[in-house]
Amino acid sequence: MAALCESFTLCGLGPSGGVGLGGGLLALEPGPDPDHVLLTDRGRTATLFKVSDQKPLGCWSVKHGQIITCPVVCNFETHEYIAVHDDKISELGLCSCHTCFSFFPCKLPWVLRIWNNKDINLDKVFKATLSADVYRVHSLPNGGPVVLFKGGGVRTLDVLLEAPQQEIENIISDEVIKWSEAFMEGQQPVLIFTTEKDGDFFVYIQKLKMNSLHRYKLEQQELSKPLSFTAYIKNQIITLLCLYSSDSVYKVLIPLQQNTEEEEQILSKSLLLNLSVSGSVLKGTSFVVLDKDHVAVLGSLAASGEESKECLTIWNTKFQTLQTSKELPLGTSGQLWCYEEKFFFTHGKVLTVIMYKCETSSLAAAVGKLKDSQTPDVSSYVNWNTLGDEELVVSFQSQQSVALKSESKMTLRSKRNTVAKVQPDTLSVGQLLLNLKDASTTAFEDELRQLMSKAQMPDFQATIGCVITALINRCKTNPKYYPRNFLLQIVQTRDLSYSLCPDLMAVALEKKDVHLLQICLQRFPDIPEEITYACLKVFLSISEAYLQRIDVNLESVICYIDIEFNNKEVKTEIVENGFSAELEQDIWDTKITKETHLTCDGEFCPVGPQKAALLNAVLHSAYSETFLLPHLKNLPAQQAVLFLRYLYYLYVKCSEKINTTLPGIRSPTINQIMDWMCLLLDAQFTVMVMLPDAKELLSNLHKFVRAQVRFYSELNKIEGSLRELQRLNHQKDSQTYSIEVLELI
Amino acid sequence: MGEFEVHRVRFFGLVPAGVRCLACQPRGGRLALARTDGAVEVYNFAANYFQEKVIPGHETRSVEALCWAAGDRLFGAGLSGDITEYDLALLCVARSVDGCGGPIWSMVANSSGTQLAIGCEDGSVKLFQVVPGGIQFERNLDRRKGRILCLSWHPSDTHIAAGSIDFLRVFDVCSGQTVQRIMVNYHVLKVRRECIVWSIAFLSSGTVITSDSFGRVQFWDWQRGTLMESHTVSTSAVLSLAVSEKEDSIIVGTSTGATYQFQLLPVKMGSLEKRWVRTKPFQHHTHDVRAVAHSSTALISGGLDAQLVIRPLMEKMQKKGYDAALRKFTFPHRRLVSCARKARLLLFQFSQHLELWRLGSTDETGKDGEVLPLCRMPEHLVQLKSKGPEHIYCSCVSPCGSWVAYSTASRFHLYRVQYEGDGISIKKVPKVPKLLLPAYQLQFSSDSGSLFVASARGSVHVLQLLEPGGCKHLHTFRPPSGSPEAVYLLASSADGHWLAAVGGDWAIHIYDLKCFKHHCTVPTYSCAVTALAIHPVTNNLVIAYSDQQLFEFSIPEKQYTAWSRMVQNCGLHRVWLERDSPITHITFNPKNPSHILLHDIYMFCVLDKSLPLPDNSALLMNQSTLKQLPETARQRQLHAFKICKKFQPLLFADLLDENCLVMVERPIMDIKTQLPLPIQQKKFGT
Repeated sequence: MAALCESFTLCGLGPSGGVGLGGGLLALEPGPDPDHVLLTDRGRTATLFKVSDQKPLGCWSVKHGQIITCPVVCNFETHEYIAVHDDKISELGLCSCHTCFSFFPCKLPWVLRIWNNKDINLDKVFKATLSADVYRVHSLPNGGPVVLFKGGGVRTLDVLLEAPQQEIENIISDEVIKWSEAFMEGQQPVLIFTTEKDGDFFVYIQKLKMNSLHRYKLEQQELSKPLSFTAYIKNQIITLLCLYSSDSVYKVLIPLQQNTEEEEQILSKSLLLNLSVSGSVLKGTSFVVLDKDHVAVLGSLAASGEESKECLTIWNTKFQTLQTSKELPLGTSGQLWCYEEKFFFTHGKVLTVIMYKCETSSLAAAVGKLKDSQTPDVSSYVNWNTLGDEELVVSFQSQQSVALKSESKMTLRSKRNTVAKVQPDTLSVGQLLLNLKDASTTAFEDELRQLMSKAQMPDFQATIGCVITALINRCKTNPKYYPRNFLLQIVQTRDLSYSLCPDLMAVALEKKDVHLLQICLQRFPDIPEEITYACLKVFLSISEAYLQRIDVNLESVICYIDIEFNNKEVKTEIVENGFSAELEQDIWDTKITKETHLTCDGEFCPVGPQKAALLNAVLHSAYSETFLLPHLKNLPAQQAVLFLRYLYYLYVKCSEKINTTLPGIRSPTINQIMDWMCLLLDAQFTVMVMLPDAKELLSNLHKFVRAQVRFYSELNKIEGSLRELQRLNHQKDSQTYSIEVLELI
Repeated sequence: MGEFEVHRVRFFGLVPAGVRCLACQPRGGRLALARTDGAVEVYNFAANYFQEKVIPGHETRSVEALCWAAGDRLFGAGLSGDITEYDLALLCVARSVDGCGGPIWSMVANSSGTQLAIGCEDGSVKLFQVVPGGIQFERNLDRRKGRILCLSWHPSDTHIAAGSIDFLRVFDVCSGQTVQRIMVNYHVLKVRRECIVWSIAFLSSGTVITSDSFGRVQFWDWQRGTLMESHTVSTSAVLSLAVSEKEDSIIVGTSTGATYQFQLLPVKMGSLEKRWVRTKPFQHHTHDVRAVAHSSTALISGGLDAQLVIRPLMEKMQKKGYDAALRKFTFPHRRLVSCARKARLLLFQFSQHLELWRLGSTDETGKDGEVLPLCRMPEHLVQLKSKGPEHIYCSCVSPCGSWVAYSTASRFHLYRVQYEGDGISIKKVPKVPKLLLPAYQLQFSSDSGSLFVASARGSVHVLQLLEPGGCKHLHTFRPPSGSPEAVYLLASSADGHWLAAVGGDWAIHIYDLKCFKHHCTVPTYSCAVTALAIHPVTNNLVIAYSDQQLFEFSIPEKQYTAWSRMVQNCGLHRVWLERDSPITHITFNPKNPSHILLHDIYMFCVLDKSLPLPDNSALLMNQSTLKQLPETARQRQLHAFKICKKFQPLLFADLLDENCLVMVERPIMDIKTQLPLPIQQKKFGT
């Protein structure tokens, strides 16, 4: 669920920076450090802000009469600032630039300036006069700044500064650049920009290192044109999002790996989002991508018949829903920036910052059904009467720590101030675990046990998850460390789920801790099929001898497997329902020796009780056939046959009882057995056909099933007659007259 | 409050007749409905769809079509070949004219209500002029072979569309000529099956809509004779069709019991091009939906399963309220059961016979919910068959059980019943006084000494019953200012002093039986009275209206009681007011003067006047909650309405004595088993 959090004012704006068309700022760029932004207004000033402090750290202006023509950016590598401004003075006839010593009016009025924090006067800093107008300078975190000229030429700053007067080619003739963006793809900077000419829009992609340029034409759309663009790069594909005047956001995919040099490929677009919600339409002016499922759009929301209101909105593109919106009654300039989970926009006469949170989208959250997790108010669990003041702070704080993880640093800072007085033992779980990272094993476990004993903690589940994660991380870093009993204790005593501690079972599988796996299978409701399969495979492959030494919970098998199964003298029981497979022996069957007969007819358990108990845990776990089947196909043939043999055994055992249920706690039900049997046969069909040892097993199984089918078809007939009798009985019941007692109070 | 011994009676074998046709009064607030047994009913939209008038059926008078003409005149036509005008004040047939074209399958009035067109078995379409005091044959339109099953006037009254078998025709009304003939099975010629056009509608745009036995709803351009749109809605026949007044929505009913709404919607948002789109399917019926109607706010359908379903169009609703509820009527809004309290007899009224039953008894007692063992089974004492084709208007058994009276349209019968041990003898009272018939309601006085007969023009006759078996006319009450409407509800006081009578104009007159004069009139309230009764101790008249309001009027003081004023000030509970079926019977517990017992189809309620009224935040149906509370906690939760919904559908409830109730239920399942299997019935031709 995306949510807009608190907002604050970063700074007031001058008369030119106000709302309305043509107003606003030139740009807002990230500053040299996190939490810093660089603001360029439409005049001659650039200001560096520390956002969380809401205060300017530095301000630089060009001379009167000059105007900064493209946004000031920060070179992240050198922490220098780069600006381009015009040079009006030279137009008066006196060129002041270092590069041309001409008395004629200067043809090169574009001046590039580079300075750093210590510089105060921009007139005195490094200056280079350029031969062409700059559209924009893009600063890339690892690639250095890239300069895009209005004619479409691109230079890295380094190359440009080698010869500032170099000729810049015009590659877009009379098209006008509308928007540009730069990315790092691997080690090379990639620049994308869009141009417009006579209503047609073109997209250019320039790979600087390879010096390749691609030109695409954007698919035309009747009656509407793109208003705003934004793009991101992922897996060698640039995703360009366009906000159209038809109130829709379209997605255009541009692969980077393009070798063909065809002229003017047309890019097709697909509708990503329709900006309308229950009758009202959002007229977007600008937008940003928040994550793979969310975009934020600034615009005016117009319901039919009502005055339009400017709004900042967050939309979920996956479910096409409006997630949240905030009305901006004082108006905006239509510009929106987003850095470090903060929105920046002009609101009235000020530059406003709003923090937001965007969590992974689930359908429940998208439709607003998921319980809002961020209500950092009073916990409902806290009983104010029983808790002392200090405990109160503890529980409150620990709850806050989880809830606030995703919140901004700014709020955390303010919260931290209020907590500063509190004793060190009130550290949040996260901090505690961080502190314990390097502690010794015993100290570590002791601390965790202590932590877990505070049972009344409101976010206890989350805490346990953190504890287990910490334990598992330790196991991963230290291969010798495996707190078998401690993990077992946690899993047995707490209501955990797979998703709360996803790595636990993986580590247990690695360590072949079958007991822990058994408990996990019994207790976790949400084990992925892949893990279930991995467990099955491990259980089937472990030798019986190894298992006999291991403590496994046998309660699911103790009631129906004779522990002394090795004793072959056990008298074969007669199947109660009378349709025993033995009655149906045919010629093929008689060839089978007594020996194999004993192992294949399902009378004896083909696995030891420990293994049986483990397999039962697998049978009991929840799964989805579609996801399990592909894994099950990989089961080695011998293990598959063994498993089938065991299932057959269970099936026969079940059929012995009139109610077809096995005795004991957590013993598999007949449905589970049949489902797994079908699944296994489906998955291992070819193996079963080919494998000679499977032949007798399948034959026996088939005969048994056939006998059962006949038996049940007989039952069907009886059921019909009984139902008819019941119906007749029931008719008599519906009396036409009765005297009843009715009490009214 | 107390325990009751409830005689739960489910042997009243009433099977309501199926709905055959419906007609919404143009620009009016009434719906006329005809049943397969020939009965005609009028529902009043303004009075919460109360079944205001009932004209009982007639064996030979089937009604195939109903229409309103000349404002509020109602005409019916049927397979007998007659066109019948109904008198809605006297609730009987006013006059009947032979159509001279064999059985009549359809009849429609033009938009101004001045002309009627009928479609006959012999293939003719005849026009009749509606004149004051009757109708006059005007002319025949071009006659061709093939019965005319359905008709529709063009809203401008210049053309008539007629549906027949395999084709539809359009007539010019002026010339009387057929100007268009369209084969409807043209596209399915390879199917050698006749295609019956069951229903037709002519829109002002010139579009003709037909529904046919192939399950299609088709839209034709009548001038070009072309098919514009065809929607197959069902595998079986589409039997009925109705268009909204604005012609932007239609409802069709199919023989599978489903109804569908079609709406004329723009192809795109804001586009001028519109198409008919099937929008809402409903499955309220189990059998043929033979009749549909489209009011301005609701889709109305009537089926052979006897249900009348009113499904409001939520987009037309401004607020949640009484009108916004889906309502289904299966049973009449009046009682067909009367009870002899002292003799413990029940009299059931069927369309053409009466059944008299004696209740069983038990000598055990038990706790809440227990079924007590019977020591005597109920006994079917006698069945009284009404002779002749006319259906019964009303019936009554006297409190002592020794008198039974009923009335048909033209005859009034009074019987003396005598019980000799296990035997029973029944004797018709000869020479009953000649009264203005029919009687609309009969009511014996509580001492069984006299009989009150509700009659036409607001009059009530008082007959004195004489031993061993005779009667004489004592007096006739008439409202002082006169009234054209028939009296449909009566209530007499236990002390034999007062008689209250309600007529079709909803005015309640109270007469003094001691001195045979008009006592007073209850202040008029503009809603239909659904039930009324006089309290045996206080002589307060309790009145239930169809908008679910309750009033208590003190007869001796000629004014509303303080409690009634309090109820009106506080207002009744929201849930009570939103109930969708009217109170059909009110009775009292003489031992508990503060109790009023009332019931509708879905609930039985004891209203305890001594307890506070529930406010809207309280739970109205709180019996089950109360039962879970300890004795001490109950006191705070108690409120005046003690509602029991255990017995449904409840046709009748009465108090036999202090703590003994009788409840007559008619389970829907029992009716369903009496109906034919829900498949399409072909009525003619093969």
